[in-house]
Amino acid sequence: MSSVAFVIIAVLTLSAALAAATLQKLMHAALSFAVMFVGISAFFFLFGAEFVGLVQIFVYIGAVAVLIVFTILLTRYDVGKVRGFSWGGVVVAIAVFGGLVWAISKTKLVSVAPSQVEPLTVQRIGELLMTNYVWPLQCVGVLLTAALIGALILVMEEKS
Amino acid sequence: MLNGRAPDWLIQIASSLINIAALLGVFLTLFALISVLERKILGRMQNRYGPNRVGPFGLFQPVADGIKMLIKEDIVPARADKIVHFLAPVLIAAAAILTLGVIPYGRNMTPFTIDGGILFFFAVGSATELMVFMAGWGSNNKYSMLGAMRAIAQMISYELPLIITVLPVVMIVGSLNPDKIVDVQGNYSLGFVPHWFVFTPWGATAFILFFVSGLVESNRTPFDVPEGESEIVAGHMTEYSGFKYATFFMAEYIGMFAISGLGLTLFLGGWHAPVHFLEFIPSYVWFFVKLSILLFVYIWLRGTLPRTRIDQILNFAWKFMLPMAFTCVIAAAVWHYTGRGLRGWLWSLAVIAIVYVTLSTLLDTRRKFAPRTYRFAE
Repeated sequence: MSSVAFVIIAVLTLSAALAAATLQKLMHAALSFAVMFVGISAFFFLFGAEFVGLVQIFVYIGAVAVLIVFTILLTRYDVGKVRGFSWGGVVVAIAVFGGLVWAISKTKLVSVAPSQVEPLTVQRIGELLMTNYVWPLQCVGVLLTAALIGALILVMEEKS
Repeated sequence: MLNGRAPDWLIQIASSLINIAALLGVFLTLFALISVLERKILGRMQNRYGPNRVGPFGLFQPVADGIKMLIKEDIVPARADKIVHFLAPVLIAAAAILTLGVIPYGRNMTPFTIDGGILFFFAVGSATELMVFMAGWGSNNKYSMLGAMRAIAQMISYELPLIITVLPVVMIVGSLNPDKIVDVQGNYSLGFVPHWFVFTPWGATAFILFFVSGLVESNRTPFDVPEGESEIVAGHMTEYSGFKYATFFMAEYIGMFAISGLGLTLFLGGWHAPVHFLEFIPSYVWFFVKLSILLFVYIWLRGTLPRTRIDQILNFAWKFMLPMAFTCVIAAAVWHYTGRGLRGWLWSLAVIAIVYVTLSTLLDTRRKFAPRTYRFAE
């Protein structure tokens, strides 16, 4: 049952990713990118990481995808135009792919029997964040506050 | 087919389908009812008859409206992006209906129980922004695009206070599961004072902030600038006609039901009765009584308040709603650490009062009334 689901989700996610890379119109590519995010969160749900899956939808569909479409909309005047082929993109893609393959091949694969893994509940995440990872959490909080204030300063009206 | 029982996957699918059918049946009927009741109540408030031609007291008006919407011509602009234009209303309705799934409608009556139910609600709700954008961009119309921009600006601004006002409840209960949140509010002091969160200072403040943010999220008056007829025709719905327009309309109302349902689950004790001896009345009756009261307030506000400007809405969000929402979180923590009793009640009230008074003195510009100056329209 779950392997069938895995295949279906994988096919959907990969085809969305492929569409994002190959579609002619930039806006269509961005929207199929959002479909890919949904696919990834479906994977998290399949593996029992409910919280991560929900946060994936929350952050990537609710914020990142909206950010991407707005960036496209506000920075280009030729949104509707068909895009061309660029060799630079191919080089970057190959470089990223190579880096990822290298990193994955260097990682020691840990195989854990499924029964040993506790389900990742919200409670456990909360406890870990408040005990072991409290300093990283605080640092992220400070960073985000700084980003928020920076954004406010950028758009602040200058009084003359 | 072991022991004459259907296989597990079949039972699972069947039970999901029953849940879905019940949800759709109840809420689409409620949508039809509310659409006619809203017009009747607005008519009463504006000193005129509402719809009164179709059926007794005009109660069959939604049937007539539905038939009209179905047989209307479906116009798609020639320059529109056909696929995106088509997908936007479908997805927006799907997201709205999905959010209904996690609300507990009565004792053991949650259609979709997951650990992070509250998070699910907001995760799916936040996807609506992308769909509004799709509607605006796919129509290839400047009014649509401007309307979508406005809608997204105000939705993003108010999502923050909306979610932060939920945090105190989650903190006090210690769970993101709506069923547990309702359970905690199920006790009574002295047999008649329910332990609803709205009866604590932080809960009352958070409920008001939540309600206002909910008004904005469901694009209701006084915050319905995304479809301000006088400026941008109908916002992102300008290029939609017939049944697609009706789908947008339905999604808006279903979103309104969902956010009211979540609000009463979080703050108004969910499906619990207001006094202990009335618990014999079925729990779902209480849920829908509370829901109808909240919906009446929505309609009441629509009949009373004029539309606000977009800059007023956004200023209000960032300068007042957000600090007050954070104050609710702090006040809830104070309430918890001073013993959750009368002392905690007074302390949290003090925290909220101090911040409220400071904020309102700081934000009060005491501007004198003067002839209006225009920045861009000189």
